[in-house]
Amino acid sequence: MIEVSNLVKEFGEHTAVDGITFSVMPGQVLGFLGPNGAGKSTTMKIITGFIPPTAGTVRVGGLDILEHSIETRRQIGYLPERAPSYAEMTATEFLRFCAEVRGFAGAERDKRVEHVVELTALEDVRDQIIDTLSKGYRQRVCFAQALLHDPPILIMDEPTDGLDPNQKHEMRQVIRQMGADKTIILSTHILEEMEAVCNRAIVIARGRIVVDGTPDDLAAMSRYHNAVTLRTHAGSGLAERLRGVAGVAAVEETPTDAGASMTYAIFPQAQRVILPEVTRFLEDNHIEFSEVFAERGRVDEVFRQVTLGEATGQAERGEDQ
Amino acid sequence: MKPMISIIKRELLGYFRSPVAYVFIIIFLVSTAGTTWYVGNFYDSNEASLAIFFFFHPWLYLILIPAVGMRLWAEDRRQGTIEILLTLPVNLVTAVVAKFIAAWLFIGVALALTFPMVLTTYYLGAPDGGVILTGYLGSFLMAGAYLSISCFTSSLTKNQVVSFITSFIICLVLVLLGWGVLTRTLQDIFPIWISDLIAQFSFTTHFNGIRRGLVEFRDVIYFLSVIGFMLLANVLVLETKKAS
Repeated sequence: MIEVSNLVKEFGEHTAVDGITFSVMPGQVLGFLGPNGAGKSTTMKIITGFIPPTAGTVRVGGLDILEHSIETRRQIGYLPERAPSYAEMTATEFLRFCAEVRGFAGAERDKRVEHVVELTALEDVRDQIIDTLSKGYRQRVCFAQALLHDPPILIMDEPTDGLDPNQKHEMRQVIRQMGADKTIILSTHILEEMEAVCNRAIVIARGRIVVDGTPDDLAAMSRYHNAVTLRTHAGSGLAERLRGVAGVAAVEETPTDAGASMTYAIFPQAQRVILPEVTRFLEDNHIEFSEVFAERGRVDEVFRQVTLGEATGQAERGEDQ
Repeated sequence: MKPMISIIKRELLGYFRSPVAYVFIIIFLVSTAGTTWYVGNFYDSNEASLAIFFFFHPWLYLILIPAVGMRLWAEDRRQGTIEILLTLPVNLVTAVVAKFIAAWLFIGVALALTFPMVLTTYYLGAPDGGVILTGYLGSFLMAGAYLSISCFTSSLTKNQVVSFITSFIICLVLVLLGWGVLTRTLQDIFPIWISDLIAQFSFTTHFNGIRRGLVEFRDVIYFLSVIGFMLLANVLVLETKKAS
């Protein structure tokens, strides 16, 4: 469990983290979202004990990270940004080194190294110099290092950065599995990744938390939440008729397929679900369509709104729901 | 203690995996032997001692030691491994001391490889073994003091060249403060106790006795306190500057 309270970090004049408070429980996979320079990495570096905070406290497993620095670091596995490792060592040598510094010796050390090599599928390259490995393998070597001591807490800064789609998929599966009993914080730029692995999302902008909720909460903040998307060849004037359907607040039309068809975004009045009404309307009027579905909400749009700061009102409304 | 040994082992492995280590050792041997024979005219001195050999060490170390020390933290910072090392459950002092010891041992290896000089002296005459031994120990101790300064400058920057130059300049000042030509000039300007005080801060002053086989307690204390002070500064810099 991690408890962060009123965390502030200043670098000279610049305030990187400006009063962040949250806590994460075992079983939670928390995704840190936010534009570059928002303070995600800085927050992670403070939790892992790499840099001290300017103000505020962090407790890991109930212990303060400054007073019990060594003890809290034992509980944390950390995968830093860009997955650094000693390039002149082989993967096995590097992992043995990390295991030794973590206090494992002899057979215990070897057992732990074997275990993480298997877990991260490094068998084929374990005796190669890390410098000669591909980006994907280097990422895994550093990830393996974070798992050596089977930590209750995992902190990962952009864990899938630079991986190919297959490797990303594998990595996400591993994270999901570990999320069952560990406390995990990861940062990402990829919204789809957050939706795939996280059960909680915190959006940070300019050093402050702007949204804290589940991925569904985030989607629900979108103006597309429960909006119906309709694609059809049917002729003009449809937008006006759709506006007449019960519960519809607004309709936007965009030409698609190079003008061969139209896509309508049909927005509901507050708190209403309009898919049944819209489909009934289409059936009653014998309108043919190629696509009709209710949207969950567009997370990328919410992300832009909350991080660009136009829509603090939106954020508050989202939290009310 | 265990983590410290692991870090020392890893650092040494890092040195010997890189071709730079072998290039360094070769340059070290060539320059120490070269200055002894060609600049110091060892053969013509008609003296079966390594006084000439050690005489050049404070000057050679100006270049050689910062070359070893410059990468110490700068490289970890550049590669990002500093973030791995300093989030492992070891305290900062352990990490700083371990890295220092590893580099010091590496320099010790280079210094030990100058043993043909000793053999040559024994072949040519009957040198005083004790003097040679104290010369080596003194040189090693002084190398540690240079190295601790390089460790410190290395922790200040990501850029190895900046680290090298800063370290070179600090060491140069510490060598020059005790350089005969300068101390004589200072004696003309200042009262003797001031020029003596200034000279007391110099590597040269404290090495001169040791290289002649005269081990004085205060010289040993001087080098050890330079090492201790610089390593402490190194810890403090890392404590405040880790992030950048």
